[in-house]
Amino acid sequence: MKVSALCSAVWFSLRGVCSTNGEGGPPTFVPVKPGEIAALLRLEVALDLRQRAAWAGMLLYVVSAVYVCYLAVKGGLGLATWNALFWIILLFAAFNALTRSFQREDAGRQLYLYTLVDPRSVILARAIYNAASMVVLSLLSLLVYSLLLGTEVLENADLLQFVLAVVLGGIGFAAVLTLISAIAARAGNGIGLMAILGFPLVLPLLLTVMRASKLALDGVAWSITSTYFGGLVLLDVITITLAWILFPYLWRD
Amino acid sequence: MQRTQKNARIKLRSNDQRRDNEQLFRAMKNWWKFLGIGLLLLASIAALRIPLAPALVHVSPDRIAPGTTDITITGYNTAFTSGALVKLVNEEQQVCATSVSVLDASHLTARFEVPAGMKANLTDVSVDDLIYTGALFTEGLGAGITSAVCPETYPAPASFTFPNRSILYESIRNLHFHVPMWFTMIVLMGISVFQSIKVLGNNSLDNDLAAEMAARIGLVFCVLGLITGALWARATWGAFWTNDVKLNGAAVTGLIYVAYLVLRGSVQDAHKRARLAAIYNIFAFMLLVLFLFVVPRLNAIDSLHPGNGGNSGFNDLDMDNSLRSIFYPAVLGWILVGCWMYDLRVRAARLANNLDR
Repeated sequence: MKVSALCSAVWFSLRGVCSTNGEGGPPTFVPVKPGEIAALLRLEVALDLRQRAAWAGMLLYVVSAVYVCYLAVKGGLGLATWNALFWIILLFAAFNALTRSFQREDAGRQLYLYTLVDPRSVILARAIYNAASMVVLSLLSLLVYSLLLGTEVLENADLLQFVLAVVLGGIGFAAVLTLISAIAARAGNGIGLMAILGFPLVLPLLLTVMRASKLALDGVAWSITSTYFGGLVLLDVITITLAWILFPYLWRD
Repeated sequence: MQRTQKNARIKLRSNDQRRDNEQLFRAMKNWWKFLGIGLLLLASIAALRIPLAPALVHVSPDRIAPGTTDITITGYNTAFTSGALVKLVNEEQQVCATSVSVLDASHLTARFEVPAGMKANLTDVSVDDLIYTGALFTEGLGAGITSAVCPETYPAPASFTFPNRSILYESIRNLHFHVPMWFTMIVLMGISVFQSIKVLGNNSLDNDLAAEMAARIGLVFCVLGLITGALWARATWGAFWTNDVKLNGAAVTGLIYVAYLVLRGSVQDAHKRARLAAIYNIFAFMLLVLFLFVVPRLNAIDSLHPGNGGNSGFNDLDMDNSLRSIFYPAVLGWILVGCWMYDLRVRAARLANNLDR
């Protein structure tokens, strides 16, 4: 069942590509268009530079969340709790930040983009941009978090592994939540729906990344943690591929 | 005149016959429903009625020291008779009972002259062909004793029973109810995803309806699986909910499909709803497959379920195949009945739609 469902999904997606690209010439299979993606990425950056308040809001959200934790806990966190609290803060920060992704789009701009570019380029550009911003946000959260809640936990840690887990986790959140954000925006009931739809889907990623970062904090060797990092990369890649296959159906209305 | 009447009669009869044939054909078309009901009834009755295999469950006292000792042995589903052959087994050596008094079919008291110098810490107790491994803590250990030669015991005639396992005991019957729920749920969710993929291909509202109904019935089976599982967990592991890979998987599945229904509820336009729900369904199902089959491989060690984390699986559990011969019909029966429920819901919803129109 699993295999056949996947095959059908791939088949429908291929058919979609052929029919959309087949209008101006022979049907060609062009999965990725780097030019379009670069242009869309520039557009995203320009939009974000125009609304700096949004970024400030996200940062403030993280800082407030960490500060509330600091006040509630007052130091003396064990390794496991430190790790768990960090990922919970990051999870909610991710939901907060990525809800914006498709929410801010008005109907006019969407129609304009629709006439100009391939939907696959849109989702890839959004996913890349969201992943990059999630990485920045995660690293900033880590900085604030370790400043306020103490770095005793990091003494035995393999820092490189931990940062890698944070980066891969951030990318994974972005990958899952980009498509969910698009669905929620289309359904017209943004923030509440986003949390409901997204939460069960980030769980596999969250459990894996929490386990990986816990091992990194314990200072476990690469030979053991590499399976977890491999799993994380696999999850990220599969999620982005699924979003890439499914988004065109969401896009046309 | 007569001829035409005769012809008409023949035509009438052939019409009757055709109608009979049609009815028969319609009944034949539904063969899988009859099969499902039959298998389900058969498997459920068998699951509840077939006795557990006899076993020794308790000995008192639980330790032996050299000297004359009386040991009371409690059995379950046993039929002790006055000729019962009782012995102690300590590694290779055995000690025969000097006298046996049977209290009733499941209780007997045996007297032993326990020698000093047995080798192993734990001594097994054996009544006829039943063995209680590690029943007695042994005192006065030594280098070993000379083994007594007890009369040969003959194996009891084989009968159709379920394995009698410590911790599980009678709750082993739940295997035929708990596990098929998950099989049925996965099948129904698979149907739902299949219909969703079709929706993306042809924008059909009918396929969308089918996908929704499959997910709804699947959720019913998810809830049933959770209830039967929680009761079983309370009986065997001591808690209704444990932090286990499969339980997390079940919880996530439930959340995903409730979220799917919430998503459907929050979109008004039917075609838009069909497309959004289909996309979410496919995305969620693929991630669910990853969660159920890939993530547990990564965190390989922490499951209480059979077949995971060093626990013995199904193959070890039913060496006499008695469980399996009930389990597979139960699975098939539940799946067929689940599909029938789904079929009925789809048809009812179609009729309701037509009435609205």
